Amino acid sequence: MIVEVADLRREFVVRRRAGRLRRTRDVVAAVDGVTFSISPGECVGYIGANGAGKSTTIKMLTGILVPTSGTVRVCGLDPVLQRTALARQIGVVFGQRSQLWWDLPLRDSFRLLAAIHRLPASAAQPRLDECVALLEMEPFLDVPVRQLSLGQRMRGEVTAALLHSPELLVLDEPTIGLDLLSKERLRGFLVRERRERGTTVLLTTHDLPDIERLCERILVVDHGRVAFDGTLPALVARVGAERVLVVDLVEPGPALTDVPGTTLRLVEADGLRQHLAFRQEETTAAAVVAAVSARVELRDLAVTEPDIEDVVRRIYES
Amino acid sequence: MADTADRVVGGLRTDGPTVLAAYGALVRSRVAAQASYRTSFVVDIAAQVLIGLVEFAEVYVVFTQVSDLGGFSFAEVSLIFGLATAAFGLADLVVGHVDRLPFYVRTGQLDAFLLRPLSALGQLVTSDFSLRRLGRVAFSLLVLVIALAAVDINWTPARVALLLSTPIAGAIIFSAVFVATSAVGFWLVDGTEFANAFTYGGNYLSSFPFTVFGSIVRRTFTFVIPVAFVAYLPALALLGRDDRMGMPAWLSWSAGPVALVAWLVALLVWRTGLRHYTGTGS
Amino acid sequence: MSLAAARPAAALAGAGFRRWSTYRQAAVAGVFVNTVFGVIKLSILLAVADSAGGTVAGYDRIGLSTYAWMSQGLIAVVVINAWTELADRIRTGDIAVDLARPVDLQLAWLAADLGRAVWALLSRAIVPILFGAALFGFRVPGNPLVLVLLPVSITLAVVVSFACRFLVNLAAFWLTEIRGLVTFYFLVAGLLGGHLVPVQLFPGWLQTVAYATPFPAIIQWPIDLVTGQATGWAVGGVVAAQLGWAVVLLGLGRLVLSRATRRLVVQGG
Repeated sequence: MIVEVADLRREFVVRRRAGRLRRTRDVVAAVDGVTFSISPGECVGYIGANGAGKSTTIKMLTGILVPTSGTVRVCGLDPVLQRTALARQIGVVFGQRSQLWWDLPLRDSFRLLAAIHRLPASAAQPRLDECVALLEMEPFLDVPVRQLSLGQRMRGEVTAALLHSPELLVLDEPTIGLDLLSKERLRGFLVRERRERGTTVLLTTHDLPDIERLCERILVVDHGRVAFDGTLPALVARVGAERVLVVDLVEPGPALTDVPGTTLRLVEADGLRQHLAFRQEETTAAAVVAAVSARVELRDLAVTEPDIEDVVRRIYES
Repeated sequence: MADTADRVVGGLRTDGPTVLAAYGALVRSRVAAQASYRTSFVVDIAAQVLIGLVEFAEVYVVFTQVSDLGGFSFAEVSLIFGLATAAFGLADLVVGHVDRLPFYVRTGQLDAFLLRPLSALGQLVTSDFSLRRLGRVAFSLLVLVIALAAVDINWTPARVALLLSTPIAGAIIFSAVFVATSAVGFWLVDGTEFANAFTYGGNYLSSFPFTVFGSIVRRTFTFVIPVAFVAYLPALALLGRDDRMGMPAWLSWSAGPVALVAWLVALLVWRTGLRHYTGTGS
Repeated sequence: MSLAAARPAAALAGAGFRRWSTYRQAAVAGVFVNTVFGVIKLSILLAVADSAGGTVAGYDRIGLSTYAWMSQGLIAVVVINAWTELADRIRTGDIAVDLARPVDLQLAWLAADLGRAVWALLSRAIVPILFGAALFGFRVPGNPLVLVLLPVSITLAVVVSFACRFLVNLAAFWLTEIRGLVTFYFLVAGLLGGHLVPVQLFPGWLQTVAYATPFPAIIQWPIDLVTGQATGWAVGGVVAAQLGWAVVLLGLGRLVLSRATRRLVVQGG
């Protein structure tokens, strides 16, 4: 096991102002008895609503935060007591915090990180060349980090986390704020990284396509506890995650209540726009479109995917 | 602690650069980044010389009114001033930015440090290197040289060694004060200002003979925040004088051991602070 | 100022007060630092008085204590330190938003600064003064005219200080980096204003230089009212001179600002 977490708990003291001078002191458990383990080579999506305890768990896994109780072992090490030893074996990308030097060119940031990880040039250079080529970073390697776009910076961050060829890569919201093309490039790179090196990956995300592309296993946390541990199809089957077909009609039509395998969720503008929900295991988008266009004349259509918040909410309801 | 990593990881990394080389690379990158803004760098150096000048103006103004202060002449106080501000300037140059710890915490930069295989304090210290403060050190050394020419010192090899070692030992003491008081920032968002009371306050106070201060201030800044060892006590030994307040003469030669103890205490405070940080999170 | 203009000014001052009053921990830290520096400064000045035979330049021991604690209290109120808020807005271009508002830019910033000063007076000035008075003594002015004029004098000190900082910050329209200039300003203003040593202790030539600048109006003069360095007609003279500096410097600020905005309009930022 590369990650072993048993009955992990982390409490925070929250002080609130109650009235002008009085202050109350509440103890809140951000992580409340979490147990899971990850085998080498796995890619696990760690998902949950905001405030569910994802970041707190990641901080405890990486040695930034001490657990209130329970045990954590990562790469066989105690993250807090053996922090520097662990830092050599894991790579971490926090979407919101940078490992790079904002006033230095990307190239110099990589050179510094190689020195910090005490990598001999013979090991660092080929690895860097590989990342630069795959992530197409050559055009902006000599630009100071502060002048990079978010997508360019994120490619730099991922490279920074992988330079020392870690056994475990932890990604906290790696695609947040990126455009579609940047997201897809990053996902493709991570898929290749896993295939070539067998790197274990743990990622948190709000983006369902991230999970579909990368993870064979999903952990859903809610209110500090593991609410689901399994594969994506199993998760979808359990919560019955729905896709929604949104159709715009040429002229206002009747409510489409009788399309097989669908439920009418919403009718807008006197029937000009209608939202039809359907489950992937019951029918296909193509079949629904065919059924709808047999009834009315279509002007436009779009399919929306279930989002993570929705999936998590359903887990809790079921 | 770092060595366990080599054992676990195996052969690949042990032949890489050393920890010192890693810190060296960090410092070099800081120096290069500052040198790239040449115009503002020159202005900043001038401003630092001016800081020294304004600080010294206080000494000068005082001696336009009186011919001795706490039993010391203008030249003797200038000697104390030169020793103190040179030591402080050097410490400020190397570790002065550590009092911005609350900023590093707020921006998540400290977390980034904790994710790298080097000590967090080591990375904090090497994350900035204010070369502009050389301006202040240069001014202090100028005052020191002029003061040395003006005072009457019975030079012995021991006194020469004391003179040369005092700014170094003083800088080590001041940097320990910087680190220890900055660790307050682990508990308080506005820790920078609290730290300044002891760092900048220590610099102000150590530039004058300790005979002018009351006993509480004198004892606090000798035995708790040991800045008396930076300038006043060594100056007594250089001038061949006894402390009017009855400090034993051997204390004047003790800046080295005091610097060592100060750093041990500073590291202890820093570790306690870091534990508090990883314990409470934020 | 008409009544119509006074209302937004009062609102801006209130906002300035409330904004700074959220930083309570900073206020406690500030009080601590000011008190520590006050003890050091006073110790040095008392040693000077001792060497000089009890009094120096008209200050006795109580007079020096009154000076030291008034100056430590005032320094928080008049802030001579590195204030660059306006320069930051100029550098980022946000100043265009401020200029588009239907209030006078200079008076709006002044109102906010006065609000900040009221908070600073309550949170940062009173405690060091009480601490120093209790431990080292304090001379409460006996002249009723002083008690009436002191609030006016302190207000004018804030206005003069603001007018100077406003001018320094406007330099950001022409210079890309003003950190060095700001450092230079607050060092010189602090020294010549009499924050480190009373201006009366300066040698003649340095006193002449100091009194040719507006800086004593920010620190030394309001303190002179309390310590009794200014008596009789001089009490009114101090306030009149402060008013003069305030009018001249605010006017200069408006002139420079209009030059700068014309430049902004012509060059498009």
